[in-house]
Amino acid sequence: MKKKSWMLLLTLVLVIGTVLAGCGSAEETATTDSGNTTEQGTTDNGTAAEPAATDANLAADQTLHLNLSAEPPTLDPAQAQDSQANTALRFMYEGLATIDADGNPAPGAAESWDVSEDGLTYTFHMREGATWSNGDPVTANDFVFAWERVLSPETVPAPVYAYQLYYINGAEDFNTGKTTDFSKVGVKAVDEKTLEVTLTNPTPYFLGLTSFYTYYPVHKASVEASDAWAADPSTMVTNGPFTLTTWTPGSELSWTKNDKYWDAANIKLTNVTASVVNSGATETASYQGGEIDYAGAPTGEIPTDQIQPLSQQLPDEFKLTDIASTYYYEFNTKAKPFDNVKIRKAFAMAIDRQSLIDNVTKAGQTPAFGFVPTSIAGLNNQSFRDTHPDSEYFKEDAAQAKQLLEEGMKEEGYTTLPPVTLLYNTSENHQKLALAIADMWKKNLGVDIQTKNEEWSVFLESRKTGNFQVARAGWSADYNDPMTYMDMFVSGGGNNNTGYADPAYDKLIDEAYKGGNDLEKRMQDMADAEKMLIQDNMVIMPVYYYTQASLTKPYLKGVTTDFSGAINFTRAYLEEH
Amino acid sequence: MARYITSKLIYTLLSLFILITATFFLMKAIPGDPFMSEKEVPAPIRARLEAQYGLDKPLMTQYVNYLGNIVQGDLGISMKKLNQEVSHIIGQTFGVSLRLGLIAVVVSIIVGVTLGLLAALYHRKFIDSAVMVLAVIGIAVPSFVLASLLQYALGLKAELFPITGLRSPLGYVLPVVALSAGPIAYIARLTRSSMLEVLHADYIKTAKAKGLKWPAILWKHVIRNGILPVVTYVGPMTANIITGSVVVERIFGIGGIGKVFVDSITNRDYTMIMGVTLFYGIILMAARFITDIVYVFVDPRIKLTSGKEG
Repeated sequence: MKKKSWMLLLTLVLVIGTVLAGCGSAEETATTDSGNTTEQGTTDNGTAAEPAATDANLAADQTLHLNLSAEPPTLDPAQAQDSQANTALRFMYEGLATIDADGNPAPGAAESWDVSEDGLTYTFHMREGATWSNGDPVTANDFVFAWERVLSPETVPAPVYAYQLYYINGAEDFNTGKTTDFSKVGVKAVDEKTLEVTLTNPTPYFLGLTSFYTYYPVHKASVEASDAWAADPSTMVTNGPFTLTTWTPGSELSWTKNDKYWDAANIKLTNVTASVVNSGATETASYQGGEIDYAGAPTGEIPTDQIQPLSQQLPDEFKLTDIASTYYYEFNTKAKPFDNVKIRKAFAMAIDRQSLIDNVTKAGQTPAFGFVPTSIAGLNNQSFRDTHPDSEYFKEDAAQAKQLLEEGMKEEGYTTLPPVTLLYNTSENHQKLALAIADMWKKNLGVDIQTKNEEWSVFLESRKTGNFQVARAGWSADYNDPMTYMDMFVSGGGNNNTGYADPAYDKLIDEAYKGGNDLEKRMQDMADAEKMLIQDNMVIMPVYYYTQASLTKPYLKGVTTDFSGAINFTRAYLEEH
Repeated sequence: MARYITSKLIYTLLSLFILITATFFLMKAIPGDPFMSEKEVPAPIRARLEAQYGLDKPLMTQYVNYLGNIVQGDLGISMKKLNQEVSHIIGQTFGVSLRLGLIAVVVSIIVGVTLGLLAALYHRKFIDSAVMVLAVIGIAVPSFVLASLLQYALGLKAELFPITGLRSPLGYVLPVVALSAGPIAYIARLTRSSMLEVLHADYIKTAKAKGLKWPAILWKHVIRNGILPVVTYVGPMTANIITGSVVVERIFGIGGIGKVFVDSITNRDYTMIMGVTLFYGIILMAARFITDIVYVFVDPRIKLTSGKEG
């Protein structure tokens, strides 16, 4: 019977297909036609991967097709907070510095800069000939205007990412209303072409920050002309390699090359379109059907269950990239039984991370024993993890874990462990992992725990109010420095939900902030803090360092990804295909 | 008739008021707010945001303010899609859902009624069984299964249709099929049973006996009477389809209103939730209202108002 209805369903599909075949053939002819025209342009270039693009093998049509899994909620750099906006804004704007293919800061809207001995004053020299898309020159005043707008308490709605500018001297006081005079904030336009920035503490990663969207300049005249300037392509005057041409809410965005951009000669794409489809399965199908040239993170998503098959079917197009995000479980150190450090350690040691990655998450992640992920930079072109490996913090060891649990229980006077609930936000992937981990805890520690899922906002509220015992968490970097992780667990920190408060830890972080000029010591302070956080106190239980999966058509070249997984298509080009 | 319409209108407005009130307080009761994110928003910034959107005021004040705005036709500005009017977003995305939905509705009615009629006329013949089997499948197969299957077979493999989007007329085909399969099946069954009933009614025998030509009987008596249950169904069905199917929109990557609604709830975008709920409410109630009126005109047996006024 089952077989029969399946056949019938297929028949139905076929019948419908036949009925509609008339329409279908029309399109087929059309595609064949265009196929022919492009083929005429093709000489026998072959498809050998040639990294250097000669104009000869560039495709005639330089239109890049992308998908965004969510519509950017805003294209106002001051208001943006998400990775989709990041991708979109990168087409349209350029900060003082940009990040080059090797991940280092390179000149952007600023041609060059000088840094003072004490690391506190940055003098940026604006690029000669850099203009806005309407032809106005990009000046130091544009940056002063943009940054004041981000920080001003008068801005509506209040920019959430204003805190990304708190490195600038006086910025936090101005933003929180403690001072009302913007001239006290360390941003000055010395003249049209010179911008002077003074920081509170020496901040080795400040140049990288200036490539971040909250630091982008905005065009004063158009911002002042309309409150909704950033919602309409016709009122957006931008300084990047592309300008936004259309924005159909919920459906599509498109960009066209900005011929006034200073480096327009090196921009090969002429158009970019991005559909807005929030289904990973659809996006992958769309990629396989040739509708889009790039699929997967960070712009979209490849469903977890398709990662392995795709890596085998399309080995040349499929890629896994380490990104600066950590998946971990956080303990509520104020709630029983996790107020005991031995019990926390027992739980952290009793799981087999590699087996979870191989059997559950299946995306080639790296087992995590620390908090700072592998792609975060350390010193001398080495990653922080290279110089400060996480392997010494603790080891997976079921027998020792069991023993620690018993000791912990004895200390607390438990005969049986109080009931434990593991909290995670509703998602198939988190659920699979939670169940597998609960199973390992049962097997290795002999404890039965409950798992509970909550919808995202409810879950965040539970975590923020400390209404949990152990909860799933993830953290992705704001900038390429271990500090973006380590300052999270200072006493009373806004993102510290664990109840962990340790003056010794706070002191290390404070020293790392203030002593930013002694790079070696700064790194050591942060490494010591991480050791304290995990090896000594096991406030969090690291699980893995994230990877992101993506598919890139073989003819799409010149796409770069930075430490955080953020993607840059502006220098991409399409080869003949 | 006028009295009938007036009372219906009053009920509709009352229902909308209850809908708004219930949604407003339920929405505020769910944990979380629009400014919640994994990375904590610093307290002074959060306080400023709440003040700017009026979320710092007592709940009752917020409620009264909101009612006041609605009466003036102002749905407010989305709290997540910055600087975008709720009414503008609804207008843009509803246009997409409406176009797609209306095509699906027309297709459902034409195909459904035709199939049902054929099945009734060829009762217990092959056509009847074939239609009924299709109808069972149409009802039993959920739209997301059908949509994924169509997308895979006809979009990705056969390359007959675009996989995503409504950029060309061809793009409409698969979503329309996925959307209308269920309603077609339902309408076909409804038409069939109702037609069968009519075909065996005495007045048809009378008409035959009077020597009326079969096409005339079919048109004037059978279809007109047999279509009634379909009319009752078409109203709510239309409302249902044009308000956007989240699943079909998601699979085919269509920027319709269904997606907007679901996203607004996940984001706790208060103004957007209220706006779309209110909009949905109006559409559903309008559809019911119109159905009631149409019913009065179509059904020759019932004259609703005659009881009191006559």
